[in-house]
Amino acid sequence: MDKNIFIKPLFTANPITVLVLGICSALAVTAKLQPACIMALSVTIVTGCSSFLVSLIRNTIPNRIRIIIQLVVVALFVILVDQILKAYVYEISKQLSVYVGLIITNCILMGRIEAFALGNKPIPSFIDGIANGMGYGIILIAIAFVRELLGFGTLFGHQIIPLSWYASNGGFYENNGLFSMAPMALILVGIVVWIQRSIQKDLQEK
Amino acid sequence: MQDLISLFVKSIFVDNMVFAFFLGMCSFLAVSKNVKTSAGLGLAVIFVLGITLPVNYLLNKYVLSPGSLAWLGEGFADIDLSFLSMIVFIAVIASMVQIVEMFVEKFSPSLYSSLGIFLPLIAVNCAVFAGSLFMQERGYETLGEATVYGIGSGVGWCLAIVTMAAIREKLAYSNVPKPLKGLGITFIITGLMGMAFMSFMGIKL
Amino acid sequence: MNTNNNLYTIVYATLMVVATAAILAFVSMALKERQQKNIDMETQLSILSSVGLAADANGASDKIAYVQGEYDKYITDSYLVNYKGETVPGDAFTAALKSQYELIKQLDPKSGEDQTAIKDQIQIPVFECTLDSGEKVYIVACYGTGLWGPIWGYIGFKSDFNTIYGAMFAHKGETPGLGAEIATPKFGDQFKGKSIFDGDTFTSIAIVKGGADKDNPHEVDAVSGGTITSNALALAIQQWLGSYEGFFKLSAEKAKLQETAVQESAPVETNEVESAEN
Repeated sequence: MDKNIFIKPLFTANPITVLVLGICSALAVTAKLQPACIMALSVTIVTGCSSFLVSLIRNTIPNRIRIIIQLVVVALFVILVDQILKAYVYEISKQLSVYVGLIITNCILMGRIEAFALGNKPIPSFIDGIANGMGYGIILIAIAFVRELLGFGTLFGHQIIPLSWYASNGGFYENNGLFSMAPMALILVGIVVWIQRSIQKDLQEK
Repeated sequence: MQDLISLFVKSIFVDNMVFAFFLGMCSFLAVSKNVKTSAGLGLAVIFVLGITLPVNYLLNKYVLSPGSLAWLGEGFADIDLSFLSMIVFIAVIASMVQIVEMFVEKFSPSLYSSLGIFLPLIAVNCAVFAGSLFMQERGYETLGEATVYGIGSGVGWCLAIVTMAAIREKLAYSNVPKPLKGLGITFIITGLMGMAFMSFMGIKL
Repeated sequence: MNTNNNLYTIVYATLMVVATAAILAFVSMALKERQQKNIDMETQLSILSSVGLAADANGASDKIAYVQGEYDKYITDSYLVNYKGETVPGDAFTAALKSQYELIKQLDPKSGEDQTAIKDQIQIPVFECTLDSGEKVYIVACYGTGLWGPIWGYIGFKSDFNTIYGAMFAHKGETPGLGAEIATPKFGDQFKGKSIFDGDTFTSIAIVKGGADKDNPHEVDAVSGGTITSNALALAIQQWLGSYEGFFKLSAEKAKLQETAVQESAPVETNEVESAEN
C-alpha cells in the first residue's frame, strides 16, 4: 500500500498532467534547469512537511477555520524555504522571484492536504506529499531540460552543444531562442500530456 | 499620467498574467469552456485585483517594508516585517474576497447572482496573489500605480480567459487527436496565443 | 473533545498565529545577516565590474568572501560628494541612488528658476579604486527610469576626470534582446576611452541610434531596437554626470595644483626636459 502512495503520483496520477494542479507556478521557472531543480525541491519539501504537520494536528483543527489553518501551515513552510533560499542561493532566489511565494497558492498543496493528509496518519501523508512534489518536479525538470538544451544550448549552465556548430561561428546549427520564451513551456506540457494519454488510454477525454 | 497609461497597457498585453507568467492557470484551464462563465470569472478577477492591490500596497508601505513603521515613532523605525508579507497578503486577499462577496450580495443581488459563485474561487487564484507579490517586488511607487497595475493585470487575465473560451467553444467541432483532446490541446493553444502576445513585446508607448 | 466550540476555535487560532509568527521571526532574524551580505555583494560586484575587476566571481567557491575581498583590496576609498564637488559626511556604499535620482531629475540647467535648494540636497557616491598598476580610477553612479523600470550603472573615470576607464549598466526589466542589451559587456565596453568634457564644457556621452561616429569621443552606439531604453540611459548619464561636474572640475583642479607643486619642488628636471625639447 505504501508503495502505491509513492509511485502513483509520479506517473499515473501525476499532479500536473493528470490532476491538473499547480500549473501556475510550474512553468515560469522552467527556462533553465537549475532554477527548475531548486523549485522542484522547494515544492517537494513544502508539500511533504505541510502534509505531515497538518496530518499530525488533523484531529485538533476546528472545522470552521480548517482552510485558514491549512493556509497558515503552508505559508509557514513557504516563507521558511524562501528565507533560506535568499540566504544561501541568492542568485537563484532572484530568478525564482515571486514564484517561491506563489507555492502558497499552488493547488497541489491544498489539494493534497484536503484529499489525503486530513484523513490519514502523518507518515503516509508525508510520503504522499513528497511523492506529489516529486511528480510535479519530474515534469518541471523534463521541460526545463528540453528548454535549456534547445533554447540556450546548455545544461545547468554548461555548454552542451559545441559552440563551433552554431551558424554564427560558421556551423550548421541555429539556436532556437523561442524555447527560452514562455509559450514553448505550455506547448511542451501539451506534448507531455499527449504522450502520456497515448500510453494511458483511460485518461483520454471524450 | 502617461506613465499610468503605459503601465496599464503593459500589464494587459506585455506582462499578461496568463501568457507571460502562467498565473491563474488552474482556473483558466478549468473554467475556459464557456464564454459566458469565463467573462463572469474574468470580471470578478478584475474586481478583486483592483481592490486587493491598493490595500496590500498600503499595508506594504506603512506596515511591512523595512523602516515603514517609522510613523509610529522613532523606536519603530528599525523594524523589518517584510518576512510576514506573504502571509499578510494572502490573509488580506482571502478576507477581501469574503467582504466583497457579502457586500455585493447585499447591494447588488443581480451582480451577485452572476459573479457570486466565482468569488470564493478567486481567493486561491494565483494571479491575484501574484499581483500583490509583483507589486511588492517591482516597487510600484504610488497608490495610483498599484491600482492601475491591479486593474490592468485583471483585464489582461479576463481577456485571456474569454478569448480562450471562445476558441474552445469552436474547437468542440474540430477533429482533435484523441490523446490530445481537452487538456493537451488547451495547453498547446495557450502556447500559441502566448506567441501571438509576444508580438506586443517591445511596443513603444 | 469538542473542536467546534467557539472558545476553542479562538484559542486555537490565536495559538497558531503566535506560534507561526514566532518561528518566522526567529528564522528571519537568524538569516538576516546573510541575506544582507548577498545584497551588499551584488552592489560591490557591480562597482567592481564597471572597471573590469572581479570578472571570475561566478567561479569562486565562496562568492561573498571573494567579492568582499576584491572590494576591500581595490576600492581604497569611498565618499559622498555634493553638487559643488565637496566631500560630505555619509556612507557612499549605502547611499540611496533612487532618492537622489528624484532630486537630480528636477534639475534643469536651462530653467531660469533658482534651483539651489535642490542642489544643496544632492549627495552622490564616489568610489576610489586603485588598480594593480597603481593607477587610480574614480567610479561614479547613475540611475534612471528605462522603458519598464529602473536602470542604473557605474562609470569609472581616469584621474584626468574626463576620460572613461570603464562602465557597466544594469536594469530591472527592460525588454530581452532589445533594451536589456544595455547590461551586456559589449555595450558597456563602448564607453572605454570616451570623454565627457570638450575643453571646459561638459558634453556628457550621447547614445546615438544608427551608428555613432567612431572618432567622436562623446558618442557611443545605441542598442538596436531599444530606443527608449537608450534614450533613458543617455538622459540618466547626462543628469548624473552633470551633477558630478562640480566634483570632476574640483578634483581636476586639485590634481593640477598638486602637479604644479611637484614641478616647483623639482624645477631642475622640468628645465632639462624643456631644454631637450628646444
